[in-house]
Amino acid sequence: MQTAFVAALLIYMLSAAAYCAYLFLQRNPLQQAGNLLLVTGFTAHTLAIGWAFAATGHFPAGNLHETLSVTAWSIAGAYLLLGLKFHLKILGAYVAPLTVFILLAAFQFPRTPTQPENLLQGVWLTTHIVTIFLGYAAFILAAGTGVLYLLQERNIKAKTRGFFFKRLPSLDMLDTTGYACIVFGFTMLTIGLITGMVYAKAVWGRFWAWDPKEAWSAVVWIFYAVLLHERLAVGWRGRRTAIMAIAGVGVLLFAFLGVNFLLKGHHGQFTQW
Amino acid sequence: MDRIILIGLNHKSAPIEIRECLAFDEPDTRAGLGMLRDDPAIDEAMIFSTCNRVEVLLSAHRPDAAIAAAKRFLSTTKQVPLAVFESSLYLHRGEAAVRHLFRVAASLDSMVLGEPQILGQVKGAYRLATEQKSAGVILNRLLHRTFFVAKRIRSETGIGDHAVSISYAAIELGRKIFGRLEGKQVLLIGAGEMAELAVDHLVRHRTGRVYVANRTFERGVALAAKYQGTPIRFEEIGAHLGKVDIIITSTGAPGYVIRQADVKGIMRHRRNRPLFFIDIAVPRDIDPLVNQVNNAYVYDIDDLQEVVDDNIEDRRREAVKADRIVDEAVVQFRRWYDSQGVVPTIKALNAKLREVAAAELQKTLGHLPHLSAEDQQAISRMSEAMVKKILHDPTRFLKGNGCHGDRAVYLEVARRLFKLDEQMEQRANQDPDRPTEPSEP
Repeated sequence: MQTAFVAALLIYMLSAAAYCAYLFLQRNPLQQAGNLLLVTGFTAHTLAIGWAFAATGHFPAGNLHETLSVTAWSIAGAYLLLGLKFHLKILGAYVAPLTVFILLAAFQFPRTPTQPENLLQGVWLTTHIVTIFLGYAAFILAAGTGVLYLLQERNIKAKTRGFFFKRLPSLDMLDTTGYACIVFGFTMLTIGLITGMVYAKAVWGRFWAWDPKEAWSAVVWIFYAVLLHERLAVGWRGRRTAIMAIAGVGVLLFAFLGVNFLLKGHHGQFTQW
Repeated sequence: MDRIILIGLNHKSAPIEIRECLAFDEPDTRAGLGMLRDDPAIDEAMIFSTCNRVEVLLSAHRPDAAIAAAKRFLSTTKQVPLAVFESSLYLHRGEAAVRHLFRVAASLDSMVLGEPQILGQVKGAYRLATEQKSAGVILNRLLHRTFFVAKRIRSETGIGDHAVSISYAAIELGRKIFGRLEGKQVLLIGAGEMAELAVDHLVRHRTGRVYVANRTFERGVALAAKYQGTPIRFEEIGAHLGKVDIIITSTGAPGYVIRQADVKGIMRHRRNRPLFFIDIAVPRDIDPLVNQVNNAYVYDIDDLQEVVDDNIEDRRREAVKADRIVDEAVVQFRRWYDSQGVVPTIKALNAKLREVAAAELQKTLGHLPHLSAEDQQAISRMSEAMVKKILHDPTRFLKGNGCHGDRAVYLEVARRLFKLDEQMEQRANQDPDRPTEPSEP
């Protein structure tokens, strides 16, 4: 199992290297290699997680090591999934290193699950975890495209055709992809919250407990709901959406990690090490 | 390689007055190729004429006579005294001629560095030469190499990347904003060559409806008809800002035609869809402050010129890489050319026959173990003698004057009949210049 994790990490590293080389040299074979490596790394990672799942009987998101690993896995997965429809090659230069970075961070924490609680079982819970992670990963991708959008917009407005001007795709492409990421992330988050509530009802007897984690997840949900609403209703797009997508990640990170470190709640073990 | 000769003039060596006198159109070229082909000093010929150059490419066994003949040919067919243009002519022989041809086809010698049409023009000239049967072994090989080199340079260097004209630079910027220009609506305000050229480019990218606004409505109607567009009145511009995506302005108006407030007001109505202003007018038609409005982008003529200058600079840098590829290709061509000589061909022929004889001899003797050593030697001597006898006449023919001026043709035939090229190539230790030519006409 550990071998598969390490293999995944190494392959992700190669993919990141290929993507970075692509960023500088602009040779298509490099991008193809990067993508292929990312798919391979993701497959190895999926096997490793599946293996852990089978061995312990619960989805491996029980401590900080596992949580971060699943985060990396979700980001790679969300990127590959979105890549089927949007050919935003250059985003790989952001996703692959990010995946490596998060997985490396994961390895800094003890790997053995402290105590497998009975809580982490059942199809509702697995769905809850996977969808929430994928949703958050998609939001992180949206922030990535947001950064690229701002860079490219700056290039065009300031009439400086620097390093990124040639390498980045069109504003429209970045905007559309960011929007798609947010729609996907929002859908996943919604499903995740609903399954979480169903699970809470089954375990604790109530849908909503005003636990800090729940409250902050709701804040994230509302944040992105507003963003989507504004886009559909008044046509928020471009710069403003990009900035909001980046700001959204701040809220998201607080809900995801900050709450666990600063506040208390029933998602505590999720970040323990 | 001295028999390859290139003689001609281009935009650098001759003014337009001379170039236009010497230009060859297609019928001229066909007739000219016939004349060159019939000249006793010339074996192969190609004429390449564009608005920037007139060049004659020759392969000749008597180079000096051929050069004189080519000059005479230019002078008589075009009825221009040689003295008028002789000082503008450049003459390249051997490797220099090959290099020049490679550079021309790769657009390294063009007025606009890296412009893409030239390769097609060289191909056209070569097609005429093959149709008039004035291209032979050497020019065939040389031109196929030329196409190969030009394509390689185009794909491996950025020589053809990015726009080097104002109107095209505008299109490229548009694509950085909109991604695809398909279906985007265009508003042309005013008229003018550069603005109309930009609209032409846009229409070719399948943009949507074109609106034309002009101070004099009649003029607008006429211009709109050209693009099957819709003429609008000057007062209607404000109302149309809500639906168009690309606005090209080129009016003679002294003040701004579109101000920041106009654009700010319209953005909400157009749901913040991007708006791209291309301002070609001097004095400017678009208030530069419009560029500060979210999702609105303004490029004026100076901005576009800067883009063009940068791109030209980029191409110059890429040209250095391209020249390296050319140098490499010249060396490879030289290697091929040298292998086409009499001596290498005869050597290869010798080696091939000896190899066949030796192999067969070994096989036969293997089945006849009862023969004595003397018998075996006798048979071996006989096979050697046969090889020598067989080779005698062809060797003399290829070495001697039996083939007149067409030695290259006979050498080629000999190599093909005996499949010597494969052999020579293996021997040359995997020569990178393998005949992987693209199949040109």
